This record gives sequence, C-alpha cells and structure tokens, in this order.
Amino acid sequence: MPTTVETHAQAQPWYVIFRDVLKANDIRLITYVPDNVLRPLIEAIHDDPFFEAFGVTREEEGLGIISGAWMGGTRGALLMQTSGFATLPNVLASLNVAFQIPVLLVVSERGTLGEFNVGQAAVCRTMRPVLESLGVEHHVCTRLDELEFIVDRTIKQAVATQAPATLILSPLLTGGKAVKL
Amino acid sequence: MTCNNIVANVPDHRRTNTPPMNRFEITRRLMAKLTQGEAVVGGIGNTHFDLWSCGHRQENFYMLGSMGLAIPIALGVALAQPHRRVVALEGDGSLLMQLGCLSTVAIRAPRNLTIIVMDNGMYQITGSQPTATSAAVDFVGVARASGLIHSDWAADEANFDVLADAALQREAPSLIALRIDGKPAVSQTVRDPAWIRDQFMRGLGTRGVNDRIPHG
Repeated sequence: MPTTVETHAQAQPWYVIFRDVLKANDIRLITYVPDNVLRPLIEAIHDDPFFEAFGVTREEEGLGIISGAWMGGTRGALLMQTSGFATLPNVLASLNVAFQIPVLLVVSERGTLGEFNVGQAAVCRTMRPVLESLGVEHHVCTRLDELEFIVDRTIKQAVATQAPATLILSPLLTGGKAVKL
Repeated sequence: MTCNNIVANVPDHRRTNTPPMNRFEITRRLMAKLTQGEAVVGGIGNTHFDLWSCGHRQENFYMLGSMGLAIPIALGVALAQPHRRVVALEGDGSLLMQLGCLSTVAIRAPRNLTIIVMDNGMYQITGSQPTATSAAVDFVGVARASGLIHSDWAADEANFDVLADAALQREAPSLIALRIDGKPAVSQTVRDPAWIRDQFMRGLGTRGVNDRIPHG
C-alpha cells in the first residue's frame, strides 16, 4: 500500500501532486535552473514554506549543493530542463555514483513531441544513453494517474539504495512547449 | 608562449613582495583551529591531498572528481547543518570553473560557511600550466563583486591566522584567498569514495539517519 498522499482528488494538476510527494518524502531542499514547463512546479514549491528553494547559476552547482546537503542530513532535488541535464554526466559519475549519494533529478523534457529548436532536439537524444550508461535509475512520467506512484517509489528506492535517480517529465504529462505553425 | 599585453596586467595581489605561502602549512594552521567538529570539504587534487596529509578526521570530505564543486558541496552541508561551521578548501583552477557559486553563497548568506582559496596561478597537478589568475583574475575582487563582502587576501601566515579566526567567528560567509607556492602535496588521499562518504556522514552524525525511508 502506498504510504504517502493517497487522498489527492483526481483533479489535482501534475505540479501539485509532484510537490506533495516531494514533501511527503521529506525532500526539503530544491535547487533549480528555471524552465518554462517547470514554472508552475517551481512556484508551487516556493509557495510552501516547508521547502527551501532557490535558483543556481548552473546545474552542476545545484547538484553539488543538494549532494552536500544530503550528507548533512537534508534531502534534496534538482529541477532542470533536458539541455541542463546534458551538462551533468561528469558530476553524476564522479560524485553521486562513485560516492553513493542519492539525489532526485527532475528533468522537464524538451526536444521531443513538437520541438521547434534543433539544438534542443539534438541534446534530448543524449539524455537516455547517458542515464543508461551511468546505470542511473530513471522513469518517464507521462500520466497523471501514475505520477504519485512513480515519484514516491523512485524517491524511496533512491534513498534505500543510496543511488541518484532521475524523473523525466514528458510533454504528455506537462503539455510541454510545442511548435506553433 | 608569451603574451606581453597580458603580463602587463598582472593583478596587484601578484605584485606583492611577500613570498608565497605553502598549502600544507596553511592547511595545518587551519586544522589546528578546528576544535568544534567543523566540517571541511577539500576540492579536487592537491587541495584535498594536503587536507588528508594533515591527518584524517571524520568531518573531512575529500572530493575525488566533480572539479569546481567543493564550494557548492560545502554550501549544501552548511544549509543542512546551520549550527556547524563548514569550511571549503578550493584551488584556483577549480574555482575558475564555477565562479557563479560565489554569487549563490552571497545570496544565501549562510552564517557558518568559510571559503579558503589556494591560488598558485597554475594547474599544478597537470604540469603547472598557468591559470587565468596568473595574468588577470583577482579572486577577492571577483568575490566582492559577487556580493561576498567579507573577502580578503591573506598577506602572510600571521595575517591568515587573523583572517581565519575572524571568519570562524563571523555570522556571515567569508572568503580568504592565499597566494601559494608550487610545491606538491605532502601525500595523497586514499581514493575510496564510498568509505569517504560513510566517514563524513558519521562525522556529521547523519549516517543511519537520512538514509532511511520515512514511515518504514
């Protein structure tokens, strides 16, 4: 039986469900490099005094901060878009994988399902091969009715196995950012 | 390879008449001051080698990869444990990769974080190629412009003692930069990341606390 937020009405938007599962799992420190798709999640997190949330100058820095915080006893997550994830393989490998430091990476997926920027489409294709080659657990969130289960279980497994994990927020869930023709 | 117009711009802190300090000697002086369980995060390479050379303690973290992240990692520890003093030891090549973290520290303003930058103007461990600080960059200037108002160059060992004592008492983040020599580290850290992390969390009192799932 899920141990966390079961009482959500079906009408809750993805970012409210996501925020509440973070909170139920005591993920308190949130660093981010902003993204349009993540904006409602970032705002929902800032609106809740449970969280300490702030923007950082680049994704590596945000990952370093939440990694240090985890060793200090505070759980954290880093929010970014696909292109930001592509800056992280060295840190993920040499810090989180090597030292067994669990963190939650939340990536809003650009570059697919209606992308208009060639650069975003190209960098998007690097994300899954990087995650797979590092052996980092990752799931794609596409459906509202599965979201709570996927986020909750992914966090619990990351903590229990002392390993980083990544959640990819698909345009199927968030609406994404689509080309206008 | 020479570049005269850059040499002409050698920053003031490199024109000093005092001899450069030694990383191991300075680290030893620092560690002698840390009697309250202060956490120390040592950056990649020689910086954490000389931290290790001063004698292992559980409150030390030795960063084996992730060049440039000693200060962000230390900031994370400082935010998680606001009642513990945290010191980041970083080198010039590393900090040049991640200058943005100085502004993040300034804005978050953790009262318990001290940053110490060992600046020898070179990528010493890869063959002593010059870094930008040898020709143009003044870290204290960068740090102050980033909002870290308590940032100073240590002129010599005695001045470092004064600055470090003040930083470890201050209710605000501080940065101390030192011009150091090109001597290699005294010894090399045991490269066992899982053990290092386990030790560090025991030192911080978090092993077996944060790594359990809430509500079973």
